[in-house]
Amino acid sequence: MTQGGLRICVLIVVALFGAGPILAGLWQALRASFAVLPAIGATAPSLAPWRELAHLPGIATSLRLTLISGLGATALALLLVMAVCITRSGRDIAAHAPKRPRHARMGTRQDPKAQPATPQPSHPSAPSAGPRTAHLALAPVLAPFLAAPHAAMAIGLAFVIAPSGWIARAIALILGWSSPPAWITVHDPGGVALMLGLVIKEFPFLMLVTLSALNQIPLHRTLVTGRTLGYGTGTLWLKTVLPQIWPMLRVPVMIVLAYALSNVDMALILGPSNPPTLAVLLTRLFSDPDTTLLLPASAGAVVQALLVLATFGVLWATGRAMRAVGLVWLRLGGRGARPAWPGQMLRTATSVVMAGLLTLGTLSVLALLMWSLAWRWPFPGLLPQTWSLHAWQGAQGNWHAPLITTLVLALATTALSTLLAIAWLEGEDRARKRTPAWGEAMIYLPLLVPQISFLYGLNILFLRLGLSGGLAAVIWAQTLFVFPYVMIALAAPWRALDPRLARTAAALGAGPWRQLVAVKLPTLLRPLLIAAAVGGAVSVAQYLPTLFMGAGRMTTLTTEAVTLASGSDRRITAVTAALQAALPFAGFLAALLIPAVLHRDRRALRGGGGSPG
Amino acid sequence: MSLDLTRLSLRFAAQPVLFAPLTLHVPRGTITTVTGPSGIGKSTLLDAIAGTLPGGVAMSGGITLNGQDITGQPAHRRRIGLLFQDAVLFGHLSVGDNLAFGLSPDIRGRAARRKAVTTALEQAGLGDMASRDPATLSGGQKARVALMRSLLADPQALLLDEPFSKLDAELRDEVRSFTFAHVRARGIPVLLVTHDHADAQAAQGPIVALGGRRP
Amino acid sequence: MRLALASAALGLALSCAAAAPALADWAATLAAARGQTVYWNAWGGDARTNAFITWVGSRTQALYGVEVRQVKLSDTAEAVTRVLSEKAAGQDSGGSVDLIWINGPNFLAMKDQGLLHGPFSTDLPNAKYLDLSTGSAATTDFTVPVDGLESPWRLAKFVFVHDSARAPSPPRSMAGFSDWAAAHPGRMTHPNPSNFMGATFLKQALVELAPDAAALAMPVTDAAYQVATAPLWSWYDALRPNLWRGGTAFPENQSVQQQMLNDGEIDISMSFDPASTAAAIDQGLLPDTARVFVPDGGTIGNVSFVAIPYNAAHSEGAEVVANFLLAPETQAYMQDINVLGAFSVLDPARLDPAAQAAFDALPGAPALPRLRDLGPTLAEPHPSWMTRLTRDWARRYTR
Repeated sequence: MTQGGLRICVLIVVALFGAGPILAGLWQALRASFAVLPAIGATAPSLAPWRELAHLPGIATSLRLTLISGLGATALALLLVMAVCITRSGRDIAAHAPKRPRHARMGTRQDPKAQPATPQPSHPSAPSAGPRTAHLALAPVLAPFLAAPHAAMAIGLAFVIAPSGWIARAIALILGWSSPPAWITVHDPGGVALMLGLVIKEFPFLMLVTLSALNQIPLHRTLVTGRTLGYGTGTLWLKTVLPQIWPMLRVPVMIVLAYALSNVDMALILGPSNPPTLAVLLTRLFSDPDTTLLLPASAGAVVQALLVLATFGVLWATGRAMRAVGLVWLRLGGRGARPAWPGQMLRTATSVVMAGLLTLGTLSVLALLMWSLAWRWPFPGLLPQTWSLHAWQGAQGNWHAPLITTLVLALATTALSTLLAIAWLEGEDRARKRTPAWGEAMIYLPLLVPQISFLYGLNILFLRLGLSGGLAAVIWAQTLFVFPYVMIALAAPWRALDPRLARTAAALGAGPWRQLVAVKLPTLLRPLLIAAAVGGAVSVAQYLPTLFMGAGRMTTLTTEAVTLASGSDRRITAVTAALQAALPFAGFLAALLIPAVLHRDRRALRGGGGSPG
Repeated sequence: MSLDLTRLSLRFAAQPVLFAPLTLHVPRGTITTVTGPSGIGKSTLLDAIAGTLPGGVAMSGGITLNGQDITGQPAHRRRIGLLFQDAVLFGHLSVGDNLAFGLSPDIRGRAARRKAVTTALEQAGLGDMASRDPATLSGGQKARVALMRSLLADPQALLLDEPFSKLDAELRDEVRSFTFAHVRARGIPVLLVTHDHADAQAAQGPIVALGGRRP
Repeated sequence: MRLALASAALGLALSCAAAAPALADWAATLAAARGQTVYWNAWGGDARTNAFITWVGSRTQALYGVEVRQVKLSDTAEAVTRVLSEKAAGQDSGGSVDLIWINGPNFLAMKDQGLLHGPFSTDLPNAKYLDLSTGSAATTDFTVPVDGLESPWRLAKFVFVHDSARAPSPPRSMAGFSDWAAAHPGRMTHPNPSNFMGATFLKQALVELAPDAAALAMPVTDAAYQVATAPLWSWYDALRPNLWRGGTAFPENQSVQQQMLNDGEIDISMSFDPASTAAAIDQGLLPDTARVFVPDGGTIGNVSFVAIPYNAAHSEGAEVVANFLLAPETQAYMQDINVLGAFSVLDPARLDPAAQAAFDALPGAPALPRLRDLGPTLAEPHPSWMTRLTRDWARRYTR
């Protein structure tokens, strides 16, 4: 267990409980798409399910909507991230001279002292979910948006932008409308509301991983060097920074893409309804009493997987093309008109769009709180007419049981995932090598394969094993999605931990376990807690896995919120969604406060900068 | 009583060996200096001796300490101390706890252990700093704490990886003489890797230049 | 009476070659049920119904030691699927669904595929309060014979709801809706017909507009369908462009639609519960000016049932809950506008005077219609019509 043993063990666990079942679920779907589903007596392979899928009413529109909203939301979020980087870095770097030891160290480093896996020992407690950089103070602003679950955000946003919602009410107050306007916002047939919701949620995620990636490259040196060569900031970004960080952004972008193309909860609450996006359509087919529809639904599940795969292909091809074009451009040596680009207009536009998105997100959460405390709130009042705690009290607002279930699931999945992530990373350290790419791919597989594509097949598998509907099944299914995010949050700070800490401990006679428990884990307390908070937030937000694997019996705040969102009482929906949003916030708050208290006398671990020793 | 390397050579994966096979006898009580150009593998050599080689580095040859072959031993059993250019103090522990971390388990009893730490701190001129946050120490203080921490672990040999290169010029002399005085007093084999001629001179021991790449 | 019922059940049980449970002594059922937890799969979109189910659980726990947990569904079909997938996986006992709030096509689907436990309902002690004569509302579900496979618990009658302040004079017939919508474009809609309320809206129009309503009681045929639906589609084509969002999008269900009425986005909504409007006003979920109205020709009505899947883990507990739902005290409590306001399924003629008095003493409310104000109750078409109608609608209007 001291050399490669731990690493092999963890790999086997992840393969057995992660990648294996997913591939099994996909295989079930693929078989069923060719009419082989013995469970319902279908055994003769045929193309009938595909034909049936092709003839579903509105299927072409569904596919188009799925592609437009998924690709559109991802592209918009990514463009905005790039625009923010380009327009903010020039100004902020000009304003702040860099004083960070990290930059200084990277600037003067000559010998490759570190292991190949960790080329830049940086601050051990720089959290990847909230990296601190000298030039961008965005992270604390964005983190709450990352924490808020998709469903809660969507429910709040639906009220903000509805024809009878906050925005319309504000206008009504000015223009004297007595009835809501005939706007087509929520559930609009073009999927614009869905895209908006996705961008509000995914922009902060992409922005934060980008900031984290920027932390891992010698950004300041790159920019300063480039400027001394006469390049404009915007040009430098495109020519030097983007190519450096893109490899680190690829997987997060793929995750966002897969989610945007296949999510069910947001699409149910905000997306078009007649026809809906493919994932919603499939969820409906999978739950239709007519079991023969399971076959075309499975074909649809395969289409959904292929769709995601195809967009990955497009992403890869775009990356290659941009590289090729970029190299040519680079060799041409154009400097870019120096202060003119990025121009003031792009700067202003970027700031306005970002501020707009963040405002909408904030209003959405505020709307939840407001509705949970309202009694009557008719149009066009900006505030409730009558207030009440009614929704929080009594049998009507029966949120206690779902809250407890949610907490139990979150704690269990987070504990499991964090342990697994520690085992994975420690296993790498002990084996003194990084896991090969296929191993890493296994971690992220659950995030890259659309849930709807394998969950139903998995459900059948679990039923056959007699495991469905239990707490254990849901914990396992959620862990599938919690673990990769914990890994994303923990891997960077873990690998950035100064390897000399463990080596020093070893030289002082500490064995591998003592190195782990007495040195690495305490030093990494802050990123560990942040990774756990990320895990908790992911667990709280899970919808489809809880629904399918819990046989509908596992009522969490999320399943409750999504169900209630199609009910008549927005106040009770708001209570559930507000709680759903509050849990991750509480988690992140704890992740920030606990180290601050425990390490109040330990400057190096408070995230204030500086390196160990 | 000595640290001995026998035809030690190192290579990264499929690349040529880093330096010509090295046979070196480091007797106790002397400070042997290893120099050589950047990238020749001085630090990797120390890693090999300490038992903390990164993955992907192949080693051949043998390492013996006090007559015992330690080539295959894990780092924490070798009893070889290691000092870097940074002090690498554990940020989550107080100065006193940093020292106690490496304290040999042979010293038993709370009182005895505390006394050992206090004594070491006093020797380093840091008598009242046991409960301090290491991050609040000055560079010279950190270096002294790191050395005392290493010595408290009762090492049978000590490796110094450019330990003074990050210190200011005047501080460097002070820390260097403090360090050398203490390690000499221990009478153990010491191997120093450095770029700095002043270091090598002050060490007053043999100087070995790494070089002569051979396939 | 009890004997007659028992022998009737015996005959039924033998004819269906069903297993012993139908014959089981009630005392044995009660004993077996004690300590069980019944997972009641019920549409969860109505907070008052959810609260009522919670109350039912607290009573059955106190009286019989049977706990009830509601599994809130957004569509009853979810529970049907669950039982189906359990059957597909060979899980023929210990299933996860114990009791389902069900009727119509979902009932037909489960009955046809042998997914139901029973017959049990005629055997329940409280079945004596029901009118179980042939063809009565409690013995047929959307024209499909119940055959003791489900037990009634609440009465449903299709009604419209309007905001009398914004829309003082709603249409008086289904045909009149197209004129009203033309005069008030965008101010009404109906739930998506994939939802039963949206389907009911179409069926209500079908029943009123079809040349021969009697054909609707028979399973649908191509010829009958063409004849019966031709007037419906021409009416709907005239109506649709004036619906909310030009008839290109529809609320998911009547709860969402009620919320739209509350928000003032539309003026007309619909419900299967005549008391829901008064209840919603009381709950602050509709404006005080909301009122119920029905077309002059009457509206479709049916009974909501509970059924037990064949593989239910706690079928005894589920039977105890089904029986408790039929107790006169339960039904009177349920009909209380301050609780649920749903009309009772019991036959008033079979109630003793004390139970009668309990019903008579229930409070009224301005928006609560009396049963006699609601016009005649029209029969549901055979379920095959609804399936056909909703598929045809999806084909015609989903682009």
